[in-house]
Amino acid sequence: MTIQEIVKALSLKVIAGQSNLDKVVSGGYASDLLSNVMGQANAGNIWVTMQGHQNIVAVALLAGLTAIVIAGGVEPDPEAVRKAETEEIVMLTTTLSAYEVVGRLYQLGITGE
Amino acid sequence: MSAESGIELEFVLESADFNGAGEASSKIKRTLQQLGVRPDIIRRIAISAYEAEMNVIIHASRGVIKAGIHSDRTELVVEDEGPGIADIGLAMQEGFSTAPDHIREMGFGAGMGLPNMARCTDKFDIKSEKNVGTKLRMVIYH
Repeated sequence: MTIQEIVKALSLKVIAGQSNLDKVVSGGYASDLLSNVMGQANAGNIWVTMQGHQNIVAVALLAGLTAIVIAGGVEPDPEAVRKAETEEIVMLTTTLSAYEVVGRLYQLGITGE
Repeated sequence: MSAESGIELEFVLESADFNGAGEASSKIKRTLQQLGVRPDIIRRIAISAYEAEMNVIIHASRGVIKAGIHSDRTELVVEDEGPGIADIGLAMQEGFSTAPDHIREMGFGAGMGLPNMARCTDKFDIKSEKNVGTKLRMVIYH
């Protein structure tokens, strides 16, 4: 499933990384601990978090994640948005809770792979 | 490029520079991509470099990260001036962290940095002296 399809299904707001919405998502991971994401998320995963500072962009970039979903109505810091735009990292936001996002992703067939 | 000659990259890291955090690792990653190193290998190098970079930014007063990229391997050497690590065995345990609360609130300090580095690298060597600093040497074969 592509990020674009997920964006549509969950009515997510695209904040950055418009050019990479056609990327295919390999699976999903949810955590607010950055080193845990670095160590455990798989390349190509969509990452659900409530962190909104700029270091999440570096984590997504270096761990090769396809998209960041910032859940719970958290607004990302302006520097985080700028960095995501520069690095073309897909950054999405939603007012849905992290729990709700993960549940809906799972229903779409995005598992923890 | 022979196995012994290589590309040397060097970056200075400053304490608490969360704005610049990840830049050194991103540049190392880009260089490896340009050289056509396998993506799964690049990922391991990038993760190791980032964890090491963050440790310096969080814990030390300053440091340097060097990447030596050779045809068969990448060597990462990270040296810092800082408090050092009192008990390396303890620091290598998953979940152990001395990071302060304001760092933890950003999602750092999960106590996974050193274990992640050890897992991602083929050779991992750590030396630390209390109140002097820490030196890491990591090798990842391509």
